[in-house]
Amino acid sequence: MNKVYPDAAAALEGLLHDGMTMMAGGFGLCGIPENLIAAVHAAGTKDITIVSNNCGVDGFGLGILLDAKQIKKMISSYVGENKEFERQYLEGELELEFNPQGTMAERIRAGGAGIPGFYVKTGVGTLIAEGKEHKDFGGETYIMETGLTADVSLVKAWKADTEGNLIFRKTARNFNPMMATAGRVTVVEVEEIVEAGSFDPDHIHTPGIFVQRIVKGEFEKRIEQRTVRARTIDGEAVQ
Amino acid sequence: MTDVKGWDRNQMAARAALELKDGYYVNLGIGIPTLVANYIPDGVNVTLQSENGMLGMGPFPYDDEVDADLINAGKQTITELDTSSYFSSADSFAMIRGGHIDLSILGAMEVAENGDLANWMIPGKMVKGMGGAMDLVAGVKRVVVIMDHANKAGASKLLKECTLPLTGTGVVDRIITGLGVFDIVDGGLKVAELADGVTMDDVRVATEATIVE
Repeated sequence: MNKVYPDAAAALEGLLHDGMTMMAGGFGLCGIPENLIAAVHAAGTKDITIVSNNCGVDGFGLGILLDAKQIKKMISSYVGENKEFERQYLEGELELEFNPQGTMAERIRAGGAGIPGFYVKTGVGTLIAEGKEHKDFGGETYIMETGLTADVSLVKAWKADTEGNLIFRKTARNFNPMMATAGRVTVVEVEEIVEAGSFDPDHIHTPGIFVQRIVKGEFEKRIEQRTVRARTIDGEAVQ
Repeated sequence: MTDVKGWDRNQMAARAALELKDGYYVNLGIGIPTLVANYIPDGVNVTLQSENGMLGMGPFPYDDEVDADLINAGKQTITELDTSSYFSSADSFAMIRGGHIDLSILGAMEVAENGDLANWMIPGKMVKGMGGAMDLVAGVKRVVVIMDHANKAGASKLLKECTLPLTGTGVVDRIITGLGVFDIVDGGLKVAELADGVTMDDVRVATEATIVE
């Protein structure tokens, strides 16, 4: 079965529908599936529930779906970088469910692993625990969290082979590997597609069984906080 | 509130760096806690964890080394070290929730004398989210808060009870402010150290929480 698609629109063909749930990898703008997000924007799919740690920035990443009012609900841990998000939320146009970041990561991991629920101590005694089952283990109280899955997962990896085996790069990995397991269909955009057999099987991060469709993208890789230090010689800055 | 001497933010960060022990795995929060990395004492080797998926965080890059795929949890560009490793967010929080991180240093809006912490939400204002803060305080072995002693209105941030929605209950071990170092003990806060020029009377006047002798 051929998993390689010619472009992002083709890779999403037949997968998008109004009211769907979608996962999108990335932390801030690092490791986001920017080509697939742009294709969802172009497709005009509405009322999407999106599971993603953040919601992009104004005009980039998931921010473009927000600007086009394609998102009904976000499940995220932190959304502070986005003015349009704030406006839609305060106007009641957008639903928002906050998850502690680690709880969210584990909910996705669990969903992909066929685990419907699990217990954590994160958030016990806080707003996050309200309405959730509490249970004691070894004298300590935990709350139940549920696994998450999605109709489609949009993933960014560094390289894929034609079997869908994936390798991620540096901190662009973040939520992408778990999301690859938790999509009923997982679509992956990469910087390079190589022939099966090119990777050392010991170096594969995500096995191809979790990946249904692959597309090679073009990447802007916008940076949110460009922080640098000056080169110095004997304590004096040089350039 | 009386004007008192004490530590500025860099001095607070330098004091917090003394919490670091050789061999520790440490997570530093955004803001003043990030400055702590500038004051790691000589001879103390610590490994910094960044919850977006990295152990062994290096300094900011030189201009020609900037890599969009390499950022910290504050979304700042950083570098790797010879000791670095990368992993998924699930593995990152397995380290955090699983008790494998020795120390978390983070900022706060309020801390109560029983160790309750509030640092993610002000009702009525736009809520940005808790990020990894709830996981960190629930899972890391030792939690040290570094924050100003008073808020912008001049009111104590060290309280008998938190007024803001909590990040965790009974999670804070130690607080470092501009006035000194305070430990959470039975019955309230115990002064472990006073900042330069600060007296116990200064602390009593500036603090709502119970000060235990």
